[in-house]
Amino acid sequence: MGRYVVRRLLQMIPVFVGSTLLIFLMVNVMGDPIAGLCGERACDPATAAQLKREFGLDKPIWQQYATYMGNVFTGDFGTAFNGQKVTELMSTAFPVTIRLTVVAILLEIVIGITLGVVTGLRRGRPVDTGVLLGTLVVISVPTFVTGLLLQLLLGVQWGWIRPSVSPAATFGELIVPGLVLASVSLAYVTRLTRTSIAENKRSDYVRTAIAKGLPRRRVVVRHLLRNSLIPVVTFIGTDIGALMGGAIVTERIFNIHGVGYQLYQGILRQNTQTVVGFVTVLVLVFLVANLLVDLLYAVLDPRIRYA
Amino acid sequence: MRGVTRARWAVCAIAAGVLAAGCGGGGGYGGAGVLTSSWGDPQNPLEPTNTNEVQGGKVLDMIFRGLKKYDPRTGKAQNMLAERIDTPDSRNFTITVKSGWRFSNGEPVTARSFVDAWNYGASLRNNQKNAYFFGYIEGYDKVHPDSGPQRAGTLSGLRVTGPRTFTVRLAQKFSSFPDTLGYMAYAPLPRAFFTDHAAWLSKPVGDGPYEIASYTKGSAMTLRKWAGYPGPDPARNAGVTLLVYTDNNTAYTDVLAGNLDLVDDVPATQLKNVGTDLNGRYINTPAGILQTLAFPYYDPKWNTSGARKVRTGLSMAINRKQITGTIFRGTRTPATDWTSPVLGVAGGFQAGLCGPACDYDPVRAKRLIQEGGGFPGGQLKIAYNADSGSHRQWVDAVCNSVNNALGDDKACVGDPVGTFADFRNQIGQHKMTGPFRAGWQMDYPLIQNFLQPLYYTNASSNDGKWSNQQFDRLVDRANAETARPRAVALFQQAEKVVRDNMAAIPLWYQNGSAGYSARLSHVALNPFSVPVYNEIKVG
Repeated sequence: MGRYVVRRLLQMIPVFVGSTLLIFLMVNVMGDPIAGLCGERACDPATAAQLKREFGLDKPIWQQYATYMGNVFTGDFGTAFNGQKVTELMSTAFPVTIRLTVVAILLEIVIGITLGVVTGLRRGRPVDTGVLLGTLVVISVPTFVTGLLLQLLLGVQWGWIRPSVSPAATFGELIVPGLVLASVSLAYVTRLTRTSIAENKRSDYVRTAIAKGLPRRRVVVRHLLRNSLIPVVTFIGTDIGALMGGAIVTERIFNIHGVGYQLYQGILRQNTQTVVGFVTVLVLVFLVANLLVDLLYAVLDPRIRYA
Repeated sequence: MRGVTRARWAVCAIAAGVLAAGCGGGGGYGGAGVLTSSWGDPQNPLEPTNTNEVQGGKVLDMIFRGLKKYDPRTGKAQNMLAERIDTPDSRNFTITVKSGWRFSNGEPVTARSFVDAWNYGASLRNNQKNAYFFGYIEGYDKVHPDSGPQRAGTLSGLRVTGPRTFTVRLAQKFSSFPDTLGYMAYAPLPRAFFTDHAAWLSKPVGDGPYEIASYTKGSAMTLRKWAGYPGPDPARNAGVTLLVYTDNNTAYTDVLAGNLDLVDDVPATQLKNVGTDLNGRYINTPAGILQTLAFPYYDPKWNTSGARKVRTGLSMAINRKQITGTIFRGTRTPATDWTSPVLGVAGGFQAGLCGPACDYDPVRAKRLIQEGGGFPGGQLKIAYNADSGSHRQWVDAVCNSVNNALGDDKACVGDPVGTFADFRNQIGQHKMTGPFRAGWQMDYPLIQNFLQPLYYTNASSNDGKWSNQQFDRLVDRANAETARPRAVALFQQAEKVVRDNMAAIPLWYQNGSAGYSARLSHVALNPFSVPVYNEIKVG
């Protein structure tokens, strides 16, 4: 197990270097970021040249990348155009997005798995059909429609929530945005769990457990659910990274100043340092989440062991 | 049983969370006499000489007062900190600062506060994006050379002659110079700015009616009324909280829900309902912004006498009235000259100066374009940045209008560029091959500002590199003219040169729009489309 973890960690290095290089090249291909800094008018050439020197944009790209990576390993992610350190932006943005992601994942787990178990055990019944239809609707409606609709209904029409999230972005405020963010994944979790449960329901070990006279709840939770969760855990694990990066739409609708907001702002202003910095961290999150999923397998099913 | 308890707990937690969020509603940032307003994250550090967009300008407008201030209604430049500005020859100016003014940290405003600030702004080593505002002052070419190292630390044209007096010597005659001094780049700065720059940037200190109580970059700024403000325009509310919104749709929704008091940019998609939604609490007033189509004169194909006819024909093929009515719902007005209505007739605005060239006339348009040899390259591609605003909609509408006039549905197409930065980049590198979207937001309400930076040979915003000796001569003469009406008349003559060559096609004047909650009264937008915050009354 230890060797497996080390090998996985080593594999992360080329992925990390490669993905940051790609992002770096992509942002740079768009041209000179200084040009957008002066509004509708052209920056005067002397100031533009000086700014380029200051941000290191006058050097060839490979050299910029090398300097950048060198700095990243010392914890320096550079400076955004408004004079703020990118690490400072991260320290305000990531906690908010992590909270949002936690809310989304929790909702996925609680609602998704519950619905999945309920429908999986009652296949073909009205509950099952209803939930299937519901998840179909959720999957087919784009997130921004769900978001705007909930915002309008709950925020403006009924006045249950604030339509926008305050800068503090507490857990309570993030429940509705979290639900919107989680909605599509939630539907998938429900369907995955449902299928898995329905499949395993007929297996021998469940029959044995029932025959032993175990209470129904114990059969479902300890025997059936535990074995049915493997595909679900895989999905949720990879979803963590996707949710954090994909929060752009939700964060924009509910005015949440998280990672999505900073990334959007960074791309609009073509701020290489911000974009590359944030994406770098997101890549790391993705890699770690994947690693954790693989490790969780072993916990769920002791038969799954790697080298 | 454990499963049941856990599930129940989760449901309760969610319900409690929703309730808490619901109870927490109702403008947590407001308060007695304090209004909340939508804001965008300023693009640059908040320094007067480094702020060139509306969001940062909004704050500077609240915390700073300069030598002059533009009347929020008429746009006329009026003395604020300036007691007197004298000049014998439109080139040498003696400026006397009023006594009794202070920065909100208690430090008095002196002649030095201005001279130091201007020298800071002009100096190349400080990378200030508004440095070119000091380009009129003698010695600018040494402090801020176009290339090579800086050769002087301070502007030779500035001299402090007393605690409250200083002199300015310009590089050439410029009679409207005093009227430009209301622009925020000319604001005075306290010593604290120079002694502890980082601290000042995290919480700027100025001499205006408000002081900053707290500033969380990227999310909110709390400003409160500064009780010690000596000026004639103190705040009539207790304070303003600016909240950063990533999307003005959300800000608008928040106003509807009663969580925000003021949104100063009503999103285009909401214009249809804004009248009934806000029950008349909606403002739509002209601002000093003109949208045009500019042309790449560095491309020889666009710099012929035939192309001049094509440009005039193109202008006639655009149905401005229909586009402003359907797409912008009356928040823009078809342009009939190259300035803005906010200047007023005395200031040089002349409705109809463009004449028939700005009237929709598809028949003549087609004839002129054909006489001129058709569009260079066969097809007209209008470049714009697709990342913000409603540029895509109106460019498509313009092309539609042109195609209809020419009876050819492939004559004109939009040419989107991904980001604003890339768009500006291509313009700066002279890569444009056809007309491109151009927008001019005035720096100060002067006809000079609508013409010289845009059309004078090699001027700072002459992106199309248009050049015309007759125009340049008229502008020079106008700047040297001391009597204001005569100067304005000369600028209008220069504008006619722009018209006769159709150097750029004027499209429409842009309005500022705002919506506000029932708590507020006396809400107005100034000619820069910024709310006049100090006049707003709460409750």
